[in-house]
Amino acid sequence: MAAENWQDVCATSDIPEDDVIAQTVGDQEIALYEVEGSYFATDNLCTHGQARLSEGFLEDGEIECPLHQGRFCVKSGKAMCAPLTEDIRAYPVKISGDRVWVDLG
Amino acid sequence: MKSGMVIVGAGEAGVRAAVTLRQQGWDGPVTLLGEEPHTPYERPPLSKDYLTGADRKLTSIGGTNQFEALEINFRPSVTVEAIRREDRTLITRDGETLQYEKLLLATGASARRVRIPKVPDPSILLLRSVNDSDRIRERMREGLNVVMVGGGFIGLEVAASLRSHGAIVHVLELQDELMKRAVPASIAQIIRQEHQNQGVHIHLSTRVSDVNTRHDRRMLTLSNGQTIQADMIIAGVGAAPSTGLAESAGLRIENGIAVDAGMATEDPHIFAAGDCCSFPHPLYDNNRMRLESWRCAQEQGEVAALNMLGKGETYMKAPWFWSNQFDLGLQIAGLPDQGSEEVVRQIDDRSLLHFSLRADGTLAGAAGVAPGNAIARDIKICERLINGGSKPDPAVLSDPGAPLKPLLQAG
Repeated sequence: MAAENWQDVCATSDIPEDDVIAQTVGDQEIALYEVEGSYFATDNLCTHGQARLSEGFLEDGEIECPLHQGRFCVKSGKAMCAPLTEDIRAYPVKISGDRVWVDLG
Repeated sequence: MKSGMVIVGAGEAGVRAAVTLRQQGWDGPVTLLGEEPHTPYERPPLSKDYLTGADRKLTSIGGTNQFEALEINFRPSVTVEAIRREDRTLITRDGETLQYEKLLLATGASARRVRIPKVPDPSILLLRSVNDSDRIRERMREGLNVVMVGGGFIGLEVAASLRSHGAIVHVLELQDELMKRAVPASIAQIIRQEHQNQGVHIHLSTRVSDVNTRHDRRMLTLSNGQTIQADMIIAGVGAAPSTGLAESAGLRIENGIAVDAGMATEDPHIFAAGDCCSFPHPLYDNNRMRLESWRCAQEQGEVAALNMLGKGETYMKAPWFWSNQFDLGLQIAGLPDQGSEEVVRQIDDRSLLHFSLRADGTLAGAAGVAPGNAIARDIKICERLINGGSKPDPAVLSDPGAPLKPLLQAG
């Protein structure tokens, strides 16, 4: 099993409702999402073009890339449609008090 | 053997159609014919990261990796010479004959050439294929004097890419503004300013009036009186739809292969999609148009495939387009030139949204520019407003402090 690496990344209030933000943790940039009271985390760079998912459009638990409209499930990281051919990495998230923790593994 | 679906052209429209046929359960043969020797690849990077060498690898078109699993018979380096409609047969340059049940023409477009007196045609480079991009890249070096003929999207993307890598770049444009018909002037100005700040020499309302060779160097005299050195000349003056095959088969041509809103030609066995076709757009009074758009080509390929299977689908999405130049990202949804009222949201001196409203208050198009992809979300919302026929409040549209997302609920 991969080693756990839980990081305190931000406050829950930093992520607007039904929205996405970018956060840098160490040398890594991740995207953090709020969907109906739940929080999710994925890599922030699209697997297709060079675009940040945090600038994309979040709807129904899927983030649409701002450049080419590929969609990923924010919970699983699964690529949902063309032009995507590769999933994105999704990270486990837990909430402790008002802080968001992400396991960067 | 069952004669199957045959697709001529392995670009975005052709590949998407092939994959869609399988996804929809078609289990007969699917043959995808590409004229180039390459595996189907995305063209947008050819004027951007691929051209500068930042990304040396071609990006395969999505779905290409599934050809084997989906039993799509992709054949590169095949040129189709003729369509024999009476017995539904294609004849290739090598003399092979191929039967089709349904045929999709996704032949794309080819870069238009320009003539410059005293400059031999082959020394005016174009940008359409990977070979074109390679040719420019191989000759590129710091300090090279590049003259870009044409200040449209391709010309400006190439200018930005080469300038970023140390070339001295002149852009010659016949019109009095860059990207004239495609982009509102307020946005063209921001982009022009960025090019000028980066040291690109922009010459508007200018043509080449004379060419001379001095000490083995080609010098261009411009109609504005300046003389510039041209080590490399590239033309970016638009593209012409590849209609030759359809035309010689007697199909109707109207600024492209004429199809209906379901991508069907008047021959019930032949469809066309992407850059090569013109179609009536239901969102725009069924006006016939031809689009050159990466995403539109995919969507039309999908609609064509559905209708090759008899599904009765209509293409009626707002066109969407993007361009990247230096660090600016430009996006367009809908057709900004189809509106009668203009509303501008000035976000800052490099970020702006331009909305075009029709007389009835619906949104005809929106164009935006900003660093990176910062304008993407707002354009996405505009696309939804256009597709939904919404009448957004102009006071909200013009207010940089008002979020656009609530407009989606307002209806």
